[in-house]
Amino acid sequence: MDGHESARDVYRQALPVVLVSLVAGLFAGTILGSETMRSGIESVPGILLLLPAFLATRGGVYGSLGARLSTGLHQGVIEPTFALDRRLTNAIVASFINGMTISVFIAVITYLTLFLLGGRGSLFALVGIMIVAGFLSAVLMLSVLITVIFVGYRRGLNPDNVIGPVVTTLGDVFGVFFLLVGIYVVGVIT
Amino acid sequence: MSEPRGDAADAAADATSPATVADDAVPDEGAPVDEWSIFRIVRTMIPLLAALSVLQLVSGTVLESFERTLLQYPALLVLLPVQIGTAGNLASIMCSRLTTQLYLGTYAPRLSNPDVRANVVAVFALAGTVFGLVGVAAWAIGVALGGTLGLSRVLLVALASGLLLAVLVVVASVVAVEVSYRVGLNPDDTTIPVVTNACDVAGVLILFGVVGVVV
Repeated sequence: MDGHESARDVYRQALPVVLVSLVAGLFAGTILGSETMRSGIESVPGILLLLPAFLATRGGVYGSLGARLSTGLHQGVIEPTFALDRRLTNAIVASFINGMTISVFIAVITYLTLFLLGGRGSLFALVGIMIVAGFLSAVLMLSVLITVIFVGYRRGLNPDNVIGPVVTTLGDVFGVFFLLVGIYVVGVIT
Repeated sequence: MSEPRGDAADAAADATSPATVADDAVPDEGAPVDEWSIFRIVRTMIPLLAALSVLQLVSGTVLESFERTLLQYPALLVLLPVQIGTAGNLASIMCSRLTTQLYLGTYAPRLSNPDVRANVVAVFALAGTVFGLVGVAAWAIGVALGGTLGLSRVLLVALASGLLLAVLVVVASVVAVEVSYRVGLNPDDTTIPVVTNACDVAGVLILFGVVGVVV
């Protein structure tokens, strides 16, 4: 932190965090490379197209919720309890709305891009998959994030230092998994 | 994103940085802005998230065009999330170190500066370690998933694209810090989102550039 660390210091301190996210990434990659997921990718045009956008929004939506909550805790305007506080519920509801809106938006722009690229996709399937994956991600990310922030804060952890890794790790692993669930659910319906 | 005085940019900065309420609670006809209203949070975030998604579609388009290769060699699919994620991690380490050094007055964008050199060496050492491990792991998982790509090729793809990414991380971070400092934006707020997103997109482009050459 003093700005005079050697390359060795930086390497030693950063390596553990980078390795943890590496394991999470490999796990996500394994789901992505699995037989089931590959046949999903093959049967629903557009899955690879929406994948980076879908994964990136997890950080945008839930990372910013985490930053907001941790700022609120530090300012003392929200309490680290699971009570129904107006600010807390508002922040959660807003993140949920953001997460769902963006998921549907991604499905629609993916469909449009497929169309422009001369391919054919099913708007119904893409929107359905994104609603399922977006909803499951929202439920998981919101509950884990709030628990980690509150429990951590009460034990003296600065939430600012944990949100990043928690959001990236969970987002990567479960993002891909819930996408697979979405493909499966929509496949059963249609 | 580029309009520092805009309403949306202000509120966006609030969502991601520990700005105090007092900053924004300028009495507007006596009523302070409610930073915790659902409408305000949604209205601020949606345009940003939408713009980000459109940007990410660029990488999606590249992936889609490589669909056949990806489905044939699962090791490459395994490589994908790690490659992107690690680039983002390295970028955020580089950016937050550079901005701290900027504030401490020890920053100068030259390789003769010992702090900058330490950052650069560390990023390359991390990239070498991590992408080497990633290559071996992706190969092993790929084989387990029924792929046929050899170890040397997967390792070559992981290391070559990883080290190219490290170059990009270093250059992009220094440029982002310089530009946002000169324009008068707080580099703490601007550099990480900009550089990590740029590295996300570039990560996919570089990975498939290398795949196109090697595989």
